[in-house]
Amino acid sequence: MTVPSSDPAPPAAFSGRSLACRRGERLVFAGLDFTLPAGGALVLTGPNGSGKSSLLRLMAGLGRPEAGTLAWDGTPVREDSAAHRARLHFVGHQDAMKPVLTVAESLAFWAGMRGGNSVAAGLARFRLTPLADWPCRLLSAGQRRRLALARLVASPAPLWLLDEPLTGLDADGFADLVAAIGEHRAEGGRVVLSTHAPLPLAGAQELSLAAFARRGA
Amino acid sequence: MSAFRLLVARELRLALRQGGDAAMVVGFFVLTIILFPFGVGPEPELLARIAAGILWVTALLAALLSLERLFQADWEDGSLEALALMPLPLEAQVLAKCLAHWLVTGLPLTLVAPLLGLLLHLDAAGYPVLLLGLLLGTPSLSLIGAIGAALSLGARRGGVLLSLLVLPLYIPILIFGVAAVEASTGGFTARPHLLLLGAFLAGALPLAPLAAAAALRQALE
Repeated sequence: MTVPSSDPAPPAAFSGRSLACRRGERLVFAGLDFTLPAGGALVLTGPNGSGKSSLLRLMAGLGRPEAGTLAWDGTPVREDSAAHRARLHFVGHQDAMKPVLTVAESLAFWAGMRGGNSVAAGLARFRLTPLADWPCRLLSAGQRRRLALARLVASPAPLWLLDEPLTGLDADGFADLVAAIGEHRAEGGRVVLSTHAPLPLAGAQELSLAAFARRGA
Repeated sequence: MSAFRLLVARELRLALRQGGDAAMVVGFFVLTIILFPFGVGPEPELLARIAAGILWVTALLAALLSLERLFQADWEDGSLEALALMPLPLEAQVLAKCLAHWLVTGLPLTLVAPLLGLLLHLDAAGYPVLLLGLLLGTPSLSLIGAIGAALSLGARRGGVLLSLLVLPLYIPILIFGVAAVEASTGGFTARPHLLLLGAFLAGALPLAPLAAAAALRQALE
């Protein structure tokens, strides 16, 4: 096993230390720290443009931070990006689905690429089972969002990164997502999500990005 | 390996469902070749002399036609970002996409080329070498094209930029492809030319996915 180092961060955590992010000429945020233990939830809040999406993309490994490090159980994720990709789900603003594929085909593809095969469970979790044979082009915005979220359940991964997952969801979809997150955390999974609407997540940490915003420059 | 196969199967399924690409590429190839007898006149000797060149140049242009869509659709709907986060390395994914692209464009082109050779009075000795040359050359077209398609992602008028980037790199394939056919119709051995086409493919096979994947990562940051 690894020898305990002098690092004060507890083991088995997903953490970021003094992260900074630049978009174009503008420093979006700087000096941002977070620690997310197993079973934890981190809710990112802040006004538009405060860097919620940018932080989620950094956490996913899309782009690199201007400064600071992201670590999983003390190991910087940059050192083993393949292992990091294997342990995360990222659901962004775009739904990544093809109009000509059916709902079930689309989900089976994304789950299969990660070695998962719980397609039926994913469909059932977000009430998509009756739509399984529909081509994706017929889905409404809310149904597309559900299908994107169903990938979370269809191929399990310990870290969920969700960028405004509530967009377009109705009350049922909202309840399904909250339940799915609850089940995920009960099994020791972590979730980081950005939102503008309050979410009933027990014991969630809130990280307001406005506090780390850098003005000017 | 199974994720690789899954990606190839998805690309083929999309190509079949959307129907457009393969049919368009072959249609363009056939129609353009048919224009030449009208343009330069129907004399068999003249057509036979330029047949190899026409077939290869048109094959390059036809392959180029479909390359713009190689990553563009996935880039627009967020699939590319999602793919980049899959455990399968992006390099392997590029290879899978090139394989699928070749199966729906390069392979059909290769198969119809002998028929069009007939139309152009290509010498009988040229057919086996034409087929073999296209079999070795068209995968390189897909692979090198993937670099251009990745680099021109997000650019306006990406298709034109893609042509400017990729066509110069196609020149060696064109030279050796045509030289192989002309050697065989002239009674010489086509072997060195075919070997060079093979060498080109052997180089492109590992290097093009590396370059294209690097370009894709740049586009995603």
